[in-house]
Amino acid sequence: MPQATAAVVADGLSRRFGPVEAVREVSFAVAPGEIFGLVGPDGAGKTTILRMLAGVLSPDVGEIALDGIDVRAEPERAKLHLSYMPQRFGLYEDMTVAENIFFYATLFAVPGKERRARSAQLLAAAGLGEFGRRLAGQLSGGMKQKLGLVCALIHTPRVLLLDEPTTGVDPVSRRDFWAILYGLRESGVTILLSTAYMDEAERCSRLALLHEGRIRALDTPARLKQAMLGALLAVSGPDPRGLRDALVDAPGVLGLLLMGDRVHVRVDDAARRTPELRARLASTGHAPEDIVPIEPGIEDVFVALLGPGAPA
Amino acid sequence: MSLRRILALAFKEMLQVWRDPRSLAIALLMPLMQMVMLGYGVSLDIRHVPLCVFDQENSQASRAVVERFVASGWFAITAALDSNRAVSRAMDRASCIGAVVIPADFSRQLASTGTGPLQIVFDATDTNTTNIAMGYAQGVVALVTADLDARWTAARGIRPSGVGVVDLEPEVWFNEGLESRYFIIPGVVAVILALVGAQLTSLTVAREWERGTMEQLVSTPVTPFEVMAGKLLPYFLIGVIDAAFCLLAAIYWFGVPFRGSAGTLLLTTALFIVVVLAIGYLISVRVRSQLGASQVALLVTMLPTTLLSGYTFPIDQMPAPIRFLSLLVYPRYFVTILRAVFLKGSGLVELIGPVLGLVLYAVVVLWLAARAFRKRLD
Repeated sequence: MPQATAAVVADGLSRRFGPVEAVREVSFAVAPGEIFGLVGPDGAGKTTILRMLAGVLSPDVGEIALDGIDVRAEPERAKLHLSYMPQRFGLYEDMTVAENIFFYATLFAVPGKERRARSAQLLAAAGLGEFGRRLAGQLSGGMKQKLGLVCALIHTPRVLLLDEPTTGVDPVSRRDFWAILYGLRESGVTILLSTAYMDEAERCSRLALLHEGRIRALDTPARLKQAMLGALLAVSGPDPRGLRDALVDAPGVLGLLLMGDRVHVRVDDAARRTPELRARLASTGHAPEDIVPIEPGIEDVFVALLGPGAPA
Repeated sequence: MSLRRILALAFKEMLQVWRDPRSLAIALLMPLMQMVMLGYGVSLDIRHVPLCVFDQENSQASRAVVERFVASGWFAITAALDSNRAVSRAMDRASCIGAVVIPADFSRQLASTGTGPLQIVFDATDTNTTNIAMGYAQGVVALVTADLDARWTAARGIRPSGVGVVDLEPEVWFNEGLESRYFIIPGVVAVILALVGAQLTSLTVAREWERGTMEQLVSTPVTPFEVMAGKLLPYFLIGVIDAAFCLLAAIYWFGVPFRGSAGTLLLTTALFIVVVLAIGYLISVRVRSQLGASQVALLVTMLPTTLLSGYTFPIDQMPAPIRFLSLLVYPRYFVTILRAVFLKGSGLVELIGPVLGLVLYAVVVLWLAARAFRKRLD
């Protein structure tokens, strides 16, 4: 791992809540300017990891370094250089957009001139330019998240930690959001985010796939997809559920994933299995409209990793 | 420590209080309402004690005794009864709390032996009222005796010599009219501030945990001391306004004489407000839910304050362990201070003991609260 130059290093992090091991021996290093994604189902440990990195929750075991600062030993010094946006909206709903920004700017001792310039620029980028006097509680979900980002960026952090920042956000706001994140990456800010959206996961430089508190895979989205065993076929038809059920125990099938009106079927050999599957479906009365080979998405990788027959 | 951060926190808190007019109204009106209720409701003076009379003799002498009871103003005769059974029935129904029973041979015994037997029966369910009423009754009987004495000596043409008679000239200081209200109202102010003050701050930190704003706040470089100072500042202003309401009502509405200096009053009141706000804040830091914090604040302040602050129940009359315990009940210091400033006009020098008690309390509680605030979710 490129520890010497890394912006964020997590080394052997573990954390339990009573009987639940929320995070188990998680290690990774994030290079400056990377957008590092934490992906996994609910309860995989994403929020716990981000909270530990933000210095608001202490790990039971393990070390965290942020720009070379030991977060466990000096959490307050590390906090000067990071911004953390919790999953739940953390700003004051009974205060206006401008008042929230002013409050967070003052906590980080941003000089007045810089504050005005930055907040104007960030609000414009977030499409919130006209909403300075609106109460934060009266913003839409997407606007709230963008305001959270504006407040997090008012003091030029070196590391930005975002916990599911775009959950419940409309597509337009999500686009604004990502435009700002790409802009930050250009200026060398390191970004760690958790997400439940696979299309967002694919925009990250690297991804950690989490399950039950452990990292199951960690690589660039492209390499994760390459590493997936077998080939992927998309089977479409009028009754996708019926198709899926009919294929569960077919020979050569490694995994199944219902995706809207199609079923993604992972097989050991695409050329050999395609006619076999077609014949099987026809005999069970679920004749498919089409069976085509496709490129896997992160979701498929995930299912391949966690589903039956996954590498342990 | 950064003054700018403290002011930013205080400004934020102020905005939030201002934007929540209902809570603000409660914070400002509650003390006034309590002032009226406690100010009028709590009185130790007992007047017009309901009394029954069972006069078995119904002579001139026995009627004179009854008239003395009525004339005193302490008693009101609610019924004239004609049997012992009627007396016990009246006591059972609580239509009187005492009965004067004059025997049929009252005048005869008075004439033959020089002593007229008179019985008073009391319902001692409420011991405090009974004690006071018994004291009043003894005073009335003393007057009756004096009447008889005067008549006897006058009838024999003897002029009172005065030899061997001790003449007591009672003189009461500081509360010349012996108005229990003057004694109670300053204590009521202290009790109200203790209750309201802790409620004010008990919600501030808990609210942020509940609304999820604390998670973001603790991820910033703000220090626990800054959070505490920033949060106490706005409530200090509200506390001062509440105190001003109560003190002005005590002086101008209830007419309690104010003999001390405004400076001493302001300084000690400010000190007391710091203590009560700090207590509420400490609770808010420890109990991370608003409902829980508010209930703990009520529990922690209500009972000790009403029972052990000495505002109605005198501390010197309590058993030693309780008296010792009351040293921990911070409102007792302010009750003492307010009474002395109001009625005696005492200054800081005379009040050094209770003032130091409050200072010590403020320092310890603020230190505990600053330490108790963790910038952690766990």
